[in-house]
Amino acid sequence: MTTDRSHIRLTLARAAFTLDVDLDLPGDGITVLFGVSGSGKTSLLRGVAGLEPTPGAVVRIAGKVWQDDAAGIYLPTWQRPLGYVFQEASLFEHLNVRKNLQFGLKRSRAAVSTDALDAAIELLGIAGLLERNTTQLSGGERQRVAIARALATQPRLLLLDEPLASLDQARRQDILPWLERLRDELKIPMLYVTHSSDEVARLADTLVVLDAGKVKACGPVSDVLAATDAPVVLGDDAGALLDATVAERDARWQLTRLVFNGGSLWLRDAGHSVGHKVRVRVLARDVSVATLEPQHTSIQNLLPCIVHSIVPDAHPSQALVRMVCGEAIVLARVTARAVDVLQLAPGMAVWAQIKAVALVE
Amino acid sequence: MLDPAALEAITLTLQLASLTTLLLLLVATPIAWWLARSPSWWRGPVGALVTLPLVLPPTVLGFYLLVALGPQGPIGQLTQALGWGTLSFTFTGLLLGSVIYSLPFAVQPIQHAFEAMGQRPMEVAATLRAKPLDAFFSVALPLARPGFITAAILSFAHTVGEFGVVLMIGGNIPGKTRVVSTQIYGHVEAMEYAQAHWLAGGMLVFSFVVLLGLNLLNRKTARVMP
Repeated sequence: MTTDRSHIRLTLARAAFTLDVDLDLPGDGITVLFGVSGSGKTSLLRGVAGLEPTPGAVVRIAGKVWQDDAAGIYLPTWQRPLGYVFQEASLFEHLNVRKNLQFGLKRSRAAVSTDALDAAIELLGIAGLLERNTTQLSGGERQRVAIARALATQPRLLLLDEPLASLDQARRQDILPWLERLRDELKIPMLYVTHSSDEVARLADTLVVLDAGKVKACGPVSDVLAATDAPVVLGDDAGALLDATVAERDARWQLTRLVFNGGSLWLRDAGHSVGHKVRVRVLARDVSVATLEPQHTSIQNLLPCIVHSIVPDAHPSQALVRMVCGEAIVLARVTARAVDVLQLAPGMAVWAQIKAVALVE
Repeated sequence: MLDPAALEAITLTLQLASLTTLLLLLVATPIAWWLARSPSWWRGPVGALVTLPLVLPPTVLGFYLLVALGPQGPIGQLTQALGWGTLSFTFTGLLLGSVIYSLPFAVQPIQHAFEAMGQRPMEVAATLRAKPLDAFFSVALPLARPGFITAAILSFAHTVGEFGVVLMIGGNIPGKTRVVSTQIYGHVEAMEYAQAHWLAGGMLVFSFVVLLGLNLLNRKTARVMP
């Protein structure tokens, strides 16, 4: 696995906004580019791929320079070792599935073996589709073939532009596990564009939040989500992501206890064995704050925390309380009046009452 | 029935139409690609120029060609300087005229096919390591196939049906420039209606079959006609 970091600096004028980013990203894992439509996510991806003219840009991926106009280096798209999965099905209609898969492979450097294609076919479960015409595939199958086709060239970077956006909810649930396998087994760094906070929670290692062409936040996903300025863009889905380990299973109540770096949480048993690593999401709207240890409450998950900061939320009646719990961060969405009544202030010891915890993988 | 002169005219017509179609596909493809892709301001004027033969009376086109190909015309001067003589009243001149006359019939279906295809397939090809020329031949051409078939059929049929340009620059010389349409004209002038009937009827059936075939083809591939 490569540990060289990637550097992307580019500007690109659009009708509604100017994309202007300077990103320093880890050379591995999934980096999710998140933002509403028209925030410049796709433009950024196209710039990295060389599909848009971006004068003055610097694109250095895992230590290799793809573009550095100041130094006179520019690789056209076909020379960049990337894989690109477009939003809509982009298979060649005049070729069957097998020939689509072989298209990039045949044009890659000699070093690329057919093993990569065989592995991709196996990984994405499309061995049974090889002789079909592309028009005979479902939306989900098409995207799996498109991903395998990109992987067959053994790219140094996989670019995915909302690969699930053109699919319905059921098909999305079909593909997400394949993407997770990709992340866990292939170790190819990915740039993944989405406007779905579910996909952020499930897939992101690094999160870049874009708004009107500017980078609003960039960093490890749990840090960015727990930052108090994230709610501005995440809205109702603001909340913390916690990486945890299954510590105990309670057969009588069908519950599982998870340990994370700030305490433990009980949640519905999902069948994971002890020691299994999971990621859970605690939405700010599911967390309330108490100044004394709550008694006689139905809520099972109570965490002692220290208030870190309090910021106004999108609506003036609400505030977001950012709390430190061990080494983890938890966000709570409360009313501004509650902040006043409880006299909440940074440094105060409080109890976070967590109403719901969602397992994201 | 068909006399030797008629057979000669039919052979010449088929030769002319085949060669015209072949040349047109070669010439029209880059023009159509440029018209479908270029962001240039010149797209409008060039598009109009290419379409011009569609609306101009063939006699106007034929007249200018005659002047241009003649001993004093720019093309005539060039061909004389190259030692080829003048092209007016020759098969080559007729071929050149046919190519220009049927140009819109070849360019437009191909251009529409390229436009319908969009940018995406070429971008996908580039992300799969295909050089631009490779992508053009391995992706753009196969995807635009219905447009090429339509273009070929229309060019062929339109050339078979041409009359005005032929008469202006070809001059109706038997065995050299006398095609079916001018042959029919000659028969009518000479009051040989029976001969004219055979050829005219043949043209009618030919044209109908071509259009019917094109219609069925387009229904199958769901692509636009010009």
